[in-house]
Formats: sequence, C-alpha cells, structure tokens
Amino acid sequence: MDWVAFFTAAVQAGTPLLFATLGEIITEKAGNLNLGVEGMMLIGAVAGFTVGLFSHNPALALMGAFAAGALSAMIFAFLTVTLRANQVVTGLSLTIFGTGVAGFAGKSLAGKLVPEDLKAAFVSAKIPLLGDIPFVGRIFFHQDWFVYLGYIMVILLGVYLYKTKMGMNLRTVGENPGAADASGIHISLYKYVHILLGGALCGLGGAYLTLVYVPAWQENITAGRGWIAVALVIFATWNPYKAIIGSYFFGALSLAGLYLQKFNMQISLFLIDMLPYIVTILVLIFISMKRVRENSPPKALGEPYFREDR
Amino acid sequence: MLRITKRAGLTKKQIFLYRIIAVFAALVASGIFILALGHNPVAVYASMLEGAFGTLYRFKETIIKTIPLVITSLGICIAFKMKFWNIGAEGQIFMGAFAAAYFALNYPSMPMPLMLLLMAAAGFIAGGLWALIPAFFKAQFGTNETLFTLMMNYIALKWITYLQYGPWKDPKVKGFPMISKFNENGFMPKVLGIHAGWIIMLLLVVAIYIFMKHTKKGYELAVVGESENTARYAGMNIKRVIIMSVMLSGGLCGISGMIQVAGVNHTLGIEVTSGVGYTAIITTWLGQLSAPVILLVSFLFSILLQGGSYIQTAFQIPQAVAQLIQGTILFFILGSEFFIQYKLVFNKVQFFKSGKEAA
Repeated sequence: MDWVAFFTAAVQAGTPLLFATLGEIITEKAGNLNLGVEGMMLIGAVAGFTVGLFSHNPALALMGAFAAGALSAMIFAFLTVTLRANQVVTGLSLTIFGTGVAGFAGKSLAGKLVPEDLKAAFVSAKIPLLGDIPFVGRIFFHQDWFVYLGYIMVILLGVYLYKTKMGMNLRTVGENPGAADASGIHISLYKYVHILLGGALCGLGGAYLTLVYVPAWQENITAGRGWIAVALVIFATWNPYKAIIGSYFFGALSLAGLYLQKFNMQISLFLIDMLPYIVTILVLIFISMKRVRENSPPKALGEPYFREDR
Repeated sequence: MLRITKRAGLTKKQIFLYRIIAVFAALVASGIFILALGHNPVAVYASMLEGAFGTLYRFKETIIKTIPLVITSLGICIAFKMKFWNIGAEGQIFMGAFAAAYFALNYPSMPMPLMLLLMAAAGFIAGGLWALIPAFFKAQFGTNETLFTLMMNYIALKWITYLQYGPWKDPKVKGFPMISKFNENGFMPKVLGIHAGWIIMLLLVVAIYIFMKHTKKGYELAVVGESENTARYAGMNIKRVIIMSVMLSGGLCGISGMIQVAGVNHTLGIEVTSGVGYTAIITTWLGQLSAPVILLVSFLFSILLQGGSYIQTAFQIPQAVAQLIQGTILFFILGSEFFIQYKLVFNKVQFFKSGKEAA
C-alpha cells in the first residue's frame, strides 16, 4: 500500500474539517454553541464556487466564501446574542436555512466545473526545503495552498487564543461572562466578532470542497462534515493545535473504509464511519472524568448572558 | 439611554398577537424572496395550504407527518423540562425503530396484537436505553449531554446504514439495498384511513399533560430542572429522577420510531426518521414545553412541510426554497420571543431629571 498517497489524501480530506473545526472553536470559546456549521459550510461552498466561476480569481473566491460564512453566522449572532434566542434551536434552524439557500443557489451551478485558470491557482506546490524532508515532506508540504492556509490559521488562532490579551478576554467571556463584564469587556462585541469569524472559517471549509477537493458543486456537498466538525471541537478539547491533528486523523478515518475495501477486508465501511463519533464520545467522557480545566468545554457554553438577570 | 428590561405580565392574548406578527413578518420576508423568483407569493402560500389540505389524501399526509413530530417532541419536552438537553432524539427514534423491526422481521408469524405490543415495548426500551447512556455519564461525571446525545445520533444512523447495506439487506431486492418489508402482522392498523398512530399521539398528549402538571413524578422532574439543590433539600433522589425521566424521554422517541416503521414505512431504513429528531427539537422549544401547544405547533410545522413539498410540483419551485422559507419563519419566531420577554425602554425620565439637577 502506498502510505504516502494515503496520508496525502488524508490531509486533503481533513482540510475542510479543519477550517470548520477552527471556526466552531472560536465560536464556542465565546460561549456560543452554533450547530449551524453544516449550513454555514454549504453557504460558503456555494458562494466560493459562484464567485470563482465568474471572477476566475482565487482570492475573490475565498473572500466570497469568507463573507458568505460570516453573513450566515450574523443571523445566528443577532438571534442568540442580541435577541437571546436559544442557541441549539437557532443553530439547527440555521442548518435548515443554509441547506435551503445553498440548494437553491446551487441549482444553476450543477454540472459546471471550476475554470481551468482557477484550478491552476489551487494546484499542489512543493514548499522548498520542507518539501524535501523524506515522507513527512511529501505528505504535508506538497499540497495546494488552501492546505497551507489551514496551517497558518492554526498557528494564528493558537497564538491569538493563548498569547494575546484579546484571546484571554475571549476565553473569559466563554468561561465567566459575569466576571468579564465586570472587568469592562464588551461581551456582545466579543461574541459578535468571534461568531462571525467562526462562520467565515466554516465558509472557507465549504469552499475547499467546491473549489479544490471535488471540485464542482453538488447537492449537499458537505455530507455531514459540519457535524463531524462539531465532534472534532470536543475531540480537540477546544484547542486549535489538537484540532489539526484531529482533523487529519478524522480525514484519514473517512478514507480508511475505502482503502480497506480495496484490500477486501471484511469490515463494513459503515462501522468504520462510526469510529469518529465513538472516539469523540470517549474523549468527552474522559475530559469530564478528569475535570482538567483547560480541556473542559467553556463553562458558559450555550448559556445566554443577560446582565439584567444577574 | 436605551435599556432592556424584563417584561412582566403580558396577557396571553398579547403574547399570541406577538407570535402572529412574527409569522406574518416571516411570510412577508420570504414573500419578497418568492417575488424575486418571479412568482406571486400569495399564490404560492395559497397553494401551500392547498397542498396541506386540498384533498383528503393530502390532509392525511399532513397528519401522518404530524404524528412522529408530536410524539418525539413530547419525549424531548420531558428531558428539556429537567434541563437535560437531549438533542439525541434522532438516534433514539432510530434505535426504537430498530428494536421494533427486529421483532417484526424475526417473528413474522406472531398474532398482530401481540406483535404490535412487543414492537412498542421493544421500541420504548431501546430508545430509552439509548438515551440512558449519556444520562448515566451526566449523572456520574457531569459529562455534557448536548454534545454526547448529538454524537449518539450519528452512531445510530451508521448502525442502521450498516444493517441496511449489510446483514439485514434483503437478498431478493436488486439494486438499491433495502431491508425486507414486514409481514402484515407487523402493520399498524388504520383507523379512519390513517394508521392508528394518531390515536396514540392524542392519548400521549393528554397523558404527558397530566403527568407534567398533576403528578408527583412530573413535579419532581421540574424541580430537578429548576434547582438540583432545592430537589436535594426536599429529599428527592435526584439520580433516580434523572434516570427515570430520561428513560421516559428516550422511550417516547423510540415509540415514535416504532410507529413510523409499523405505520408508514413497514420496514426499517435510514429514511425512517427523515430528520424528525431535529425538527422536533424546534417544535418542542416553540411549543414551550407544553404538550397541547406542542400538538398545535407540530401540526402547523407539518403544514409547512407538506405544503412545501407541494409547491415543488405546482410551481416548479425547488424543494430548497421550502427549506429556505422554513428557516426564515423559524428565525422570525425565535427572534419574536425576545420581544415577548423583554422590552426596550427609552430612559427619558432619568435623562430629564439629571438635566434639571445640572441646571
């Protein structure tokens, strides 16, 4: 078996998951559980593809997906932060809405292909020096630059969350909004900015599918990846560095079934598909048993914050 | 200064009015969109109603869509009342349907009443046990049940997929893998042209209403939801209340799955839930955790579903647009809750007072 090819493919399969997972991590760090990931990814996927199709410009295509993701998250932010609606219900509604929007907007896109010049922009390129490392270099540094953008995002987000004042404030908002409010942090502003940013990243994750991975628009192209991202956030214990490992691991798992079939293994594809969710549950149980604070869900996750109610 | 304060004592009539305004605003918003598509929104809405009520057949379809939605919502409502955020109904429906199908497929010669009772019992137990797994860890270690139950949905879905494509696949069916149809002993009988699930649904609405409002157990679970400490001081056995209520919650979802396989699909398959587990969360919430309101909201939602699929054929409007309208209506209703619970106050009085003092 060609392991290099397998792992290279795993990284690519993990990339849309990575973007969506990072997006959901930022959102949840602000204390909001947005279950609309699937919807936001779909909207980003259709927006990125449409802009790319008409502009032939990779940067514009990405910006389109980014903006579309953020806009759809705006609905969630407005309803849950300003109007204090229930987050779970709003997120689920966003998934219905997003599926509808993308399904409708995608009707005219079926069968269209990504323009050649745009495809060329996303073609795999070797990074000098790093790409020469045996094995690892082939897997991680002979990729398209969307994948590299993923690496950059992980580092940016990691530094932001753990090394900057704003990142620390953000974590306080998610853990203890009362205390954050008392220390003068503008809770609503923090929530809005990070929910929007989270949606934007989900949008990019969707765009990777339509622009690079498939590359075309298909009805329901995300195929449940948004929900896997929700699982991955737990798997990664809300940590962007673990998110990249988790995303590629889940990416590999999603391919494992196909590879095993090739080798006539007597394990069902569908039982292997269960693994990501089982592993996630085990992680969830483990972190609640150990009660390690840094690995736990943000304390105020899912709870709206009313200053007046305190 | 603009300030938000909690609103006290809106009359039921006023609350109702607010909700009507919200739905109306949503219809206007999606109407603008339909107009942009080049259709007359009023005609589209009218045909949605026609799709839901126009003929006896369509009306029956609307009721058939209402049944699983109501029963699942009742199940979810029990857990929500206890502030156990069970969003695992989808999986519990699957497991209930699976257990019911197990008996229907393996003991086809059993007499019908016995068979249906057995299927219902199996569905209840399987759905309940599926919900108990996260409940156990929640009670034991405080494991987050929202995320846990969500993951359980996918495990259940993959399990049913596995059965459908693997060991339970009907070897006689060529092409798309399917599980074989039940023997007629496992069919839910029809009453007035609709499978008897609607009677079960109505009975359950009454039973759950009484259970929540007028029984000790129902009261206990509400107290545990409000404050575990209060419940402890009052001498309630919290773990027992949690385990029992979650078992009931998941069990009802399981029953919903059983009714779906016995009454509608007559077999097991991945399309058995058709997303009801998620839709029911929405209807439960909009139904304010009250059984009669849940019945009403679920019925209205079914009109939306049934009417939505009808406008596809009538106007060649893609199914996606129906989802888009659904989403929009939900957003507006969710948003309207805010205006029911809070009001914006423009702080004029204070402003003038401080002005006077300064002078």
